[in-house]
Amino acid sequence: MQFGILVNEGPYNHEASDSAYLFARTAIEKGHKVPRIFFYHDGVNNSTRMAEPPQDDRNVTMRWSKLAEEHGIDLVVCVAAALRRGIKDELLAPGFRISGLGQLVEMGIQYDRLVTFGD
Amino acid sequence: MSDMDDMDDGSGVVKKFMFLNRKAPHGTVYALEGLEVVLITAAFDQDVSMVFTDDGVYQLMKGVDTKGIEVKDFSKTYRALEGYDIEKLYVDQVSLDARGLTEDDLIVDVTVLSVDEMANLMAEQDVVISF
Repeated sequence: MQFGILVNEGPYNHEASDSAYLFARTAIEKGHKVPRIFFYHDGVNNSTRMAEPPQDDRNVTMRWSKLAEEHGIDLVVCVAAALRRGIKDELLAPGFRISGLGQLVEMGIQYDRLVTFGD
Repeated sequence: MSDMDDMDDGSGVVKKFMFLNRKAPHGTVYALEGLEVVLITAAFDQDVSMVFTDDGVYQLMKGVDTKGIEVKDFSKTYRALEGYDIEKLYVDQVSLDARGLTEDDLIVDVTVLSVDEMANLMAEQDVVISF
């Protein structure tokens, strides 16, 4: 099955991006496809390579980049939500790109399931 | 907005998209940013429904004045939805009752549904996005 994933919360403050990551990783392990993950609202804050969490904590952004590289996942950050929060191209971690909400709607149209993680 | 023009993912597929609005219009950004997704989905010629439940019913309340909190009043957008062919607006009866509201308190025409009717409507959808 093809899953689209929507992440609506920032890292660390909220468990949504952890849950989304674990869901995506597990779905892939079980043989499903996760072609794209879309970051909206404060979820855009998952994408910045400027984040430096303490060494004994997980690095949410690097974890996304690694998953994307290993499985060819398209990590899309909403442009309007990103600009509002100071996320620019030059700040993006590997595997992330900035694009429009149409990329989110396409996931709903093209994939079998769209799963939202957020409040 | 420039990206409000008709869009197409090339597949010609039309799915039923439900947007579940559960949050008050102000206090968090979910309602404002959620509306953007609704408009883009309509631009993709999808079958769009909007549901207002829990504090989401406050998004449609008459007499909103945001001057005191110095944020944009986007309630006019709900009145403009018809222009984007978004005409399926549903409100949860229990949520209205719990807040002492009736249809007369709302700025747009809606269909008020019972819990069972709402559940049936949700079961018919292909995609449910919750803000």
